[in-house]
Amino acid sequence: MATVKPKPAAKTERSTWLLTAPALVLLTVAATGPLFIMLIYSFLEPGQYGNVVWKFSTKAWFNVILQRDIFDGTLTWADAHLTILWRSVKLAMTTTVFAVLVGFPTAWFIATRTPRMRLFMLFLITIPFWTNLLIRTFAINQIIRNEGVLNSFLLWIGVIDAPIQIIYSDFAVFLGMTYVYLPLMVLPLYAAIDRFDMRLLEAAYDLYANRWQALRRVVLPIVKPGLIAGSILVFIPALGAYVTPRILGGGRNMMIGNFIDLQFGQGRNWPLGAALSVILLIFVTSMLILYVRFVNRSTDNG
Amino acid sequence: MNVNSQPDIRSEAIAVDVDRVSKIFGGEPPVTALDDVSVAIRQNEFFTLLGPSGCGKTTLLRLIAGFEPPTSGSLRLGGRDISRLPPNKRPINTVFQNYALFPHMSVAANIAFGLQMLGKPKAEVRDTVDEMLKLVQMEALKNRRTSEISGGQQQRVALARALAPHPEVLLLDEPLSALDYKLRKEMQIELKRLQGETGITFIFVTHDQEEALTMSDRIAVMNAGKILQVGPPREIYNRPVNRFVADFIGETNFLTGTAQGDAVRISSGHMIAVPLDGRTGDVTLTVRPEQVRLCPVDQDGALHAEISDLVYFGTDTHCHLALKDGTQIVARLQSLPTGEVGYMRGQAVGLRFEPGAVQVVGA
Repeated sequence: MATVKPKPAAKTERSTWLLTAPALVLLTVAATGPLFIMLIYSFLEPGQYGNVVWKFSTKAWFNVILQRDIFDGTLTWADAHLTILWRSVKLAMTTTVFAVLVGFPTAWFIATRTPRMRLFMLFLITIPFWTNLLIRTFAINQIIRNEGVLNSFLLWIGVIDAPIQIIYSDFAVFLGMTYVYLPLMVLPLYAAIDRFDMRLLEAAYDLYANRWQALRRVVLPIVKPGLIAGSILVFIPALGAYVTPRILGGGRNMMIGNFIDLQFGQGRNWPLGAALSVILLIFVTSMLILYVRFVNRSTDNG
Repeated sequence: MNVNSQPDIRSEAIAVDVDRVSKIFGGEPPVTALDDVSVAIRQNEFFTLLGPSGCGKTTLLRLIAGFEPPTSGSLRLGGRDISRLPPNKRPINTVFQNYALFPHMSVAANIAFGLQMLGKPKAEVRDTVDEMLKLVQMEALKNRRTSEISGGQQQRVALARALAPHPEVLLLDEPLSALDYKLRKEMQIELKRLQGETGITFIFVTHDQEEALTMSDRIAVMNAGKILQVGPPREIYNRPVNRFVADFIGETNFLTGTAQGDAVRISSGHMIAVPLDGRTGDVTLTVRPEQVRLCPVDQDGALHAEISDLVYFGTDTHCHLALKDGTQIVARLQSLPTGEVGYMRGQAVGLRFEPGAVQVVGA
């Protein structure tokens, strides 16, 4: 190798900054920028036909949790907002639980196949990712609607006399959500299970553990980081989801995503939409912080 | 225990009875890992399965542990058929080749695992864990994670974990192969001590013939899915039943010849007296290098040979000898304090074998 002249520290640092500059600019403008705009908008007043009026106001934030009665001006909790938020959290949690229940056996099955088979199955799992979310959701719609594939088939073989009402039910929403977000659960779980040393399972059986004990005492604690990563990856987008609940749930129950969408559309209340978005962001960020803490602790002395 | 079974005095002393067990792994082509293997392992015995890699010894161990079902044949533990029992229903524990310690648990939690799964009361678990920690001298490290201790210490934890539920049989799958030479020597003595103290039947798998000879009460030599010979180390070493066993255990010389009366005329033309047990025709003889003696060329009954090479090994020196027809024989001579043996390359010498040292090992 050629002799390396020691560069002055300042010069090395300058070139490091210069080389990172494009990435930094992109991150500032494209990631941090919009968040700041959102935060600023939440402190402005709504314009009459959408947009904002550049006048400082905390009304949007006030309206998130409290509402003033139009007639007598008394203050009450904005329980509509809280109901919507709670409904979204509930849907996201249920989706996460469903995704774990379906995703764990799937990931385990894939991780215990031959290497060739594994690649093929992972490929199958990722295929839906390349398809538009709307199209996938309508595909589910086609299958479960009253005149859909499933009902037609059941009618044809004579199991049922009349179509079962699946679409526009809570079950349809959970089914659709689980289907849409399943790959996000399976992939990190697969990665964790793939690293799992199957001899540990033999050791557990050898030491008198039954299947359930081996799963709970040995497998789950070791694949926990993958399980948590998958849960977060499913929970976060599920929290903001509004296409799937609307198409499969019939739009009767508004989700936080729909509600924010509404503020920027017909509601013409951009500051309220911005404030709700910021709240959602804070919620998700604190979840992530909790996750990081949790994982660090469990790898330190679990 | 099965109360209906006939009391059999012979089976009382048998811990594990492997009865005509075969194991064929499916696939293209199918692999016969065990071919009609029968062996009875006695209670409180240090029993070793010895053989080259791929001989089926680990498969036999996995069958006894219950990780694989036998394709045919049956396994009995203390007279009870265990062939179809899952591993968690067999009072048998395993020390795995790479220990397979639970990485997310402390040393103490690893040792407690089996007892907890058996549903032992908390106090009993704690006492047994303490006792086991003491037995393997790991008390000081009980709260460490298993990733934070050395290979030798992991080995001890794996042993303690497998011994803690006090199994009827302990299986050890090449547990010493990952340790360095000195530690391995220490652990050999340690294992033997533990076996004596606990009174548990040990079934030990190894490919290291020296390890097998030092530790075992009895050895089963395996090759290509079959057990070739079962016996105490001295018998295996001194009375090998065939060429493979003689060759695999220690170093040895082979001589080919033809039986003539009660002696064998070997290829160099010399006559060697040997118990033939009625064999005729072509036979193969074996003799250990340490049983070959050098003597003056003109001594009565000596074979004539020339020294083709001398290889120094520290305590002894291997003297490579060539008979008239080129047959090679190795003699192990004790090195003198000077490091020499008193012979030179190219020297013509006589050689003879210790009485009873030459064995027939087949055609």
